[in-house]
Amino acid sequence: MIATLIKRDLAKLFPFAGGGAALPVVFFLAVAMLYPFAVGPDAPLLARTGGGVVWIAALLAAILPLDRLVAQDIELGVFDQLKLRGVTEETSMAVRLLAHWLSFGPPLIVATFPAAALLALENATLHYLLLGLLAGTPGLAAIGLMIAALTASLRAGAALSGLLLIPLALPILIFGAGALAREDGASIGFVAAISLLLVAVAPFAAGAAIRAAREG
Amino acid sequence: MAKARLSANGLACRRGDRLLFRGLSFELGEGEACHVTGANGTGKTTLIRTLAGLLTPFAGSVKSEGAMGLLDERPALDPDLPLGKALAFWEQVDQCADPSNALQVLGLQNLLDVPVRYLSTGQRKRAALASLLSRNAPIWLLDEPLSGLDRRAIEQVTMLIQKHVDDGGIALIASHQELAIEGLKPLAIEDFIP
Repeated sequence: MIATLIKRDLAKLFPFAGGGAALPVVFFLAVAMLYPFAVGPDAPLLARTGGGVVWIAALLAAILPLDRLVAQDIELGVFDQLKLRGVTEETSMAVRLLAHWLSFGPPLIVATFPAAALLALENATLHYLLLGLLAGTPGLAAIGLMIAALTASLRAGAALSGLLLIPLALPILIFGAGALAREDGASIGFVAAISLLLVAVAPFAAGAAIRAAREG
Repeated sequence: MAKARLSANGLACRRGDRLLFRGLSFELGEGEACHVTGANGTGKTTLIRTLAGLLTPFAGSVKSEGAMGLLDERPALDPDLPLGKALAFWEQVDQCADPSNALQVLGLQNLLDVPVRYLSTGQRKRAALASLLSRNAPIWLLDEPLSGLDRRAIEQVTMLIQKHVDDGGIALIASHQELAIEGLKPLAIEDFIP
């Protein structure tokens, strides 16, 4: 049963499966590409600031898939039908969280390699950037899922979700980008801890949001 | 068919601040069907969703024994997928061994390659019925099962409901249309308006 759910969610969300799901990665690379045009091709400057730009690009890319994450399935009544089959909202949200992270975390991490080349990042920076994104993207996915579920029944949900995600993602950004400046693993540990907490809370918060949306 | 029972005791439901109905009680055993009637906005859908456990009643309680299948205006089929694949998801969830019978009865075999978003209202309704049939649940909660269907499809669906009830299933149907089903118990929501 759970395997069937994960399969459906992945087919729905995974890049290159159609439906514009590859957009976050393309968007992420586009930001990394634009930055050298905006500040000039000064390699030392790019190398010093590029890591932070990649983090901001990742954060913005995390906003893009939110409008299609939960709202459509609420409209279709998928969660209602699953509930009748004994699948709680929390379970469907935990599955959705996993699928959401798989569909945007790993592709983003892979896309960091070309982005790092574009920004002339040094190996040490790239190392902490990759570790930071690996630790941070599950947290971003969890925040995104909670926001998507909360705003699913609102008319201006898509615009609002972007606005809500940015402040909530701030701790991940501070410690994740902070690891680049100090080049230490302790900050990454913090990012991982924050992510872990968010991932643990998200299915329950999102599940409650879906129930609340039903009561209208 | 598994053992089935569905009963409501002193049920009251509200939408927003408005109490829709109160003191609604009924009991349905195996092989019984109930026709819920009422004008638009009286709370038929709310009643069905409350019985399904999707809404919390304001007062009273719902007791049920046996799996419930819900059919409402939303077919829960991915609009971008071909009908066959969209139905296959629910067949896998329900572990239905042989869905071809349901598809044949409802005349859907020729539509399996068509994306769900291109289907007409009636075809979507029949598709939703097919996934209800393959579920094999003893309790059917049907919200407007006949709306958007042509005369032939109405006959088929009525026959399916009749067969379900004859096999010892329970059906609770909210509909504005007349239902040609034997032993149908009427339940007018208007009787319970506060």
